[in-house]
Amino acid sequence: MIVKIVSKNFDIPDSHKLEVALKHGRYESIDKLFTMAPDEVTEEVCKSGLRGKGGGGAHCGPKWKLMPPVDERPRYLIVNGDESEPGTFKDRQIFQYDPHLLIEGIICSSYAIGAHDAFIYIRGEYKWFIDRLNEAIEEAYTAGIIGEKVMNKYDFRMDITVHRGGGAYICGEKSALIESVEGKRGHPRLKPHGKECEWFYDMPATVNNVETISSVPNIVLNGYESYTKYGTEKAPGTMLFAMSGPVKNPGVYELQYGCKMTDVINEIGGGMRDGLTLKAVIPGGASCPILTAEEVEKAYLDYESMWDIGSTLGTGGMMIIPEGTSMVDVAKNLIEFYHHESCGQCTPCREGTGWIDKILKGIIEGVGKEEDLDTILDVCETMNGKTVCVFAPAVKDIIKSIVQKFRDEFIAEIK
Amino acid sequence: MGKFTFTQENEEKFQTIAKKYPKIDSMMLPGLWLVQEQEGWVSPDAMIFIADKLGKSPIEVYEFATFYTMFNLKPIGTYHIELCKTLSCMIMGAPELKKFIKDTLGIGPGETTADGKFTLSEVECQGACGGAPMIALNHQYHENLTVDKLKTIIEECK
Repeated sequence: MIVKIVSKNFDIPDSHKLEVALKHGRYESIDKLFTMAPDEVTEEVCKSGLRGKGGGGAHCGPKWKLMPPVDERPRYLIVNGDESEPGTFKDRQIFQYDPHLLIEGIICSSYAIGAHDAFIYIRGEYKWFIDRLNEAIEEAYTAGIIGEKVMNKYDFRMDITVHRGGGAYICGEKSALIESVEGKRGHPRLKPHGKECEWFYDMPATVNNVETISSVPNIVLNGYESYTKYGTEKAPGTMLFAMSGPVKNPGVYELQYGCKMTDVINEIGGGMRDGLTLKAVIPGGASCPILTAEEVEKAYLDYESMWDIGSTLGTGGMMIIPEGTSMVDVAKNLIEFYHHESCGQCTPCREGTGWIDKILKGIIEGVGKEEDLDTILDVCETMNGKTVCVFAPAVKDIIKSIVQKFRDEFIAEIK
Repeated sequence: MGKFTFTQENEEKFQTIAKKYPKIDSMMLPGLWLVQEQEGWVSPDAMIFIADKLGKSPIEVYEFATFYTMFNLKPIGTYHIELCKTLSCMIMGAPELKKFIKDTLGIGPGETTADGKFTLSEVECQGACGGAPMIALNHQYHENLTVDKLKTIIEECK
């Protein structure tokens, strides 16, 4: 199950330092990169089937192709390291253990899309990780790996800047993230019909997740076949899966797509601790529909399989919930999160999250009625598809799934 | 112009960082972070100062600063405890940590001890779910906490 591509160097002592990173293969892809035309790099990534690891799972190569033809305008790569989805803590492993892999990936990706300036947006809470990444970027500048000439010799300017967020979940949404870098509140933008690239100060830009970018150097260096030999046909390669909750070995593990969820929980996670039994799993961060223990038995960790059983793979951050946990409390905890983090731009989301929060509070305080559950489902549907971004649909997915699958528990709490 | 001004070192940092962006507007977050590092919080005077530097109105900076939860809009204690309350931390014991802080320091979320030493903030997911429950103490993460471990951490600050 475990395949170490992105996490290959994580266990090496001082793997974050340039000197160690160079000894263990970092920046080896760069010489190969500059023998290829930018379009060839994009093609290679297209053939690898690399999918975005930030939650959406969109194909990376085709996304790069949305950039307009090169003209006199500057172009940008924006790396999404906001990582605020509850249950998700994978990108921080890259900042901590292999920041030079991310820098290498940024060089490869920027070359492919013709960008010379990359901004890495990292959630403000990750101060320690930001400092570590900044040290690595400084080392890379000093060594001439980035700057006016990549690797001191290639005629390609590469500048990388870390942009520290200020604590707002919604800034992980790519257009809200760009708004935030532009010095505004992180309000997601309306998306145009048809697909096009992102726009940073009205200049073409691409936004990719930290792990996605970090997967690129291996594809450039070893070819797309080195990636497609793992995973499934539609989801080739690997992903950093995170496990939290009362399992014996919570943490981040790089697995190929398509593993059986129970194997991952029991063999890699070591199973439940302290004699607890599994009640449910939120499979890929808080916005993915919850799976009951029975459904977990049928779950495989790839996008298509998860859709087939009515959930999504998201960021791969599995939140394990043991028997004995009140699902009313789980729903309340998550809706508090969503109510707090709604950016407030769209009324259905701003008011809907608050409304559900209020109803659940009433149920917990003993003044709930059974029809409240239908009101919750009704509010969920009213929010769904009527807002600028997918925040409200995500709220609908998780809350509706908890209320429907554990309705008895809510009714017991009401009575 | 308000009473706030950057130290010379921070003024230089501000100018250096500003060069990295296509437009000065992007300095909103980095600028406010510099303010908070210098003062511990973002005062109305500092907002006026930043507005002036970025060619914005003070209300724009105020709207911005109030959107991002990490900016302290009033002074905080020497030690800022940010206790995560989201799902994995809740399941793994965050409520007990909160109770312990209330019992020993006498503060709830949003409150500061009378001696100005500790401020508690209850925050949403900080991306440390595998090490739940956790706190950040002046941005330093402490994970896999138990009440005993938290007790030691707090005692070391006293």
